[in-house]
Amino acid sequence: MIEIAFFSLSILAVIFAILVITAKNPVHSVLFLVMTFFSIAGHFVLLNAQFIAVVHVIVYAGAIMVLFLFVIMLMNLNKESEPAKPLWLKLSGVITSGLLLLVLTAVFRKTVDKTAHVLPNPDIGLVKNLGMTLFNDFLLPFELSAVLFLTAMVGAVFIGKVKAGN
Amino acid sequence: MTELTFKIIFIIIIFGLTLLIAMYSTLAERKVAAFLQDRIGPNRAGPFGILQPVADGLKFFFKEEIIPSTSNKILFILGPCIAITTALMTSAVLPWGPAITINGQIYNLQVADVNIGILFVFGVVSLGVYGIMVGGWASNNKYSLLGALRASSQMISYELAMGMSLIALLMSSGTLGVREIVEQQPGFHWNVFYQPLGFLIFMICAFAETNRTPFDLPECEAELVGGYHTEYSSMKLGLYLFAEYINMFISSAVMASLYFGGYNFPFMNELGLSPNAISIIGSSVFFLKIIIFIFFFMWVRWTIPRFRFDQLMHLGWKVLIPLAVLNMMLTGLFILFFKS
Amino acid sequence: MRDSYIPILIQFIVVIGFVVVTMVATHLLGPKRNSIKKLKNFECGIESQGNARKPFSVKFFLVAILFVLFDVEIIFFYPWAINFKELGMKGFVEMLVFVVFVLFGLFYVIKKKALKWDE
Repeated sequence: MIEIAFFSLSILAVIFAILVITAKNPVHSVLFLVMTFFSIAGHFVLLNAQFIAVVHVIVYAGAIMVLFLFVIMLMNLNKESEPAKPLWLKLSGVITSGLLLLVLTAVFRKTVDKTAHVLPNPDIGLVKNLGMTLFNDFLLPFELSAVLFLTAMVGAVFIGKVKAGN
Repeated sequence: MTELTFKIIFIIIIFGLTLLIAMYSTLAERKVAAFLQDRIGPNRAGPFGILQPVADGLKFFFKEEIIPSTSNKILFILGPCIAITTALMTSAVLPWGPAITINGQIYNLQVADVNIGILFVFGVVSLGVYGIMVGGWASNNKYSLLGALRASSQMISYELAMGMSLIALLMSSGTLGVREIVEQQPGFHWNVFYQPLGFLIFMICAFAETNRTPFDLPECEAELVGGYHTEYSSMKLGLYLFAEYINMFISSAVMASLYFGGYNFPFMNELGLSPNAISIIGSSVFFLKIIIFIFFFMWVRWTIPRFRFDQLMHLGWKVLIPLAVLNMMLTGLFILFFKS
Repeated sequence: MRDSYIPILIQFIVVIGFVVVTMVATHLLGPKRNSIKKLKNFECGIESQGNARKPFSVKFFLVAILFVLFDVEIIFFYPWAINFKELGMKGFVEMLVFVVFVLFGLFYVIKKKALKWDE
């Protein structure tokens, strides 16, 4: 049962991910990316990491992709097709991404431990346990993330102001 | 009857009830408006206009479907589909009554009692933005686009204050499951008495999330023609309007369960009733609370004028968010010093 | 625990079924008497000028960025609130530091007039 769910979710995730890059219309791409995130959230549910799953939906699908949609709508998109790229650009793209794929596969084959692991605590992804870990063991990264957010806010306001000035 | 069969039947019952209540909310809206403005309201279709929603629904189906030639056709059709799907999915985690016993087996009157409960509602609600944005953009209409942008900015801004106001409630409940939160409020120990400010913020945000007056700027007819659904016709428009009423119903249900004790009623366990009787009375009480909230939504609509967009943003970001943070920290201090 | 998600999946299928049936029904039931003029954008009733997809105020974009940031911050509050009673005073102080940063960010955003719409 879980195997079927896992494989159908994986296949869906891959299909939607391919559709993201092949779709001509950027708005379609965004919607396919949202569907990809859904499939990944499904994987989290299979791992019993329910809080992570719902946070994944809220943050990625509900917040970041909305921002993407805003950006796409902010641009002028009257022509649906992108300008045609010269052949050498396409060729070099194929070669470099092929090389990247090769390197990633090699790294994956050499380093990833293929033996199955059993989590010491299968309920670690539930919100109660997650909170205890976050606020006891990972306190410093948590507080530092607040500084990171502050920096991001300053950056966002700065960019917005520069654009408004022009 | 296995657990799954019961769930399937229950899902269909809740689904039907949601549609029915949304349908009759449209009639109730007009009746309430008429009552508040000293008019009669629709009374031609059936006795007291009781068949009016059916007539409206049929009319939506038999109207011509117009897809503007300059619009983006796939997205144009997809917009209302997303809106109604997200509206109908939120009901999955709400408890509609205490457990019911049939032939010695106990069934929970809840579609899915998941660990993350209330966050599921937030997750689905946060996806509701897509329905409006996609529809408004695909229409290729300046007013629709502006309406969609306003709607999505408004929804995302108030989502923040809504989430923050809820934190204070979760600090005392210690769980995200909606059923557990409801069961922590027996009798008259409703959360609203412990979290009055939190409830006020949550309710204001619920009004903004459902795009109801005084926050109905997305379809501000004085400046935006019809808002994000200007170009829509036939049942596609119907689904958008329907989604709005379903959202109103669901947010009433969420407020009733989080802050007003859900299906709990006073002297629930003292009266010595059988568990099934308690279930039935509990569910009825829950629906009564929901209907009172829906009436409140309508009352506000016909009483308070609309905000201006800058006032709306001002209220959301500069008033509600700091207030919600303050409420959260005060609740924390209170729990630390008085309950330990 | 995972099995409690199966009903949600069933509800999703029911909802999708309803949406598809409704859309197909309204497509088949309604009359079709189209003409080029009828299919033009309605917009506000008069002849529409140019394309609607023009760049709009950067303020909307700024609100979206700030929303993403604050949304992630709120997500951090949830596991804290759930464990609040166990974490006690220590947890409160930890979160107080975080909240001070958040409020400082909000104060900065407001002070820089990034959320001022009427200018």
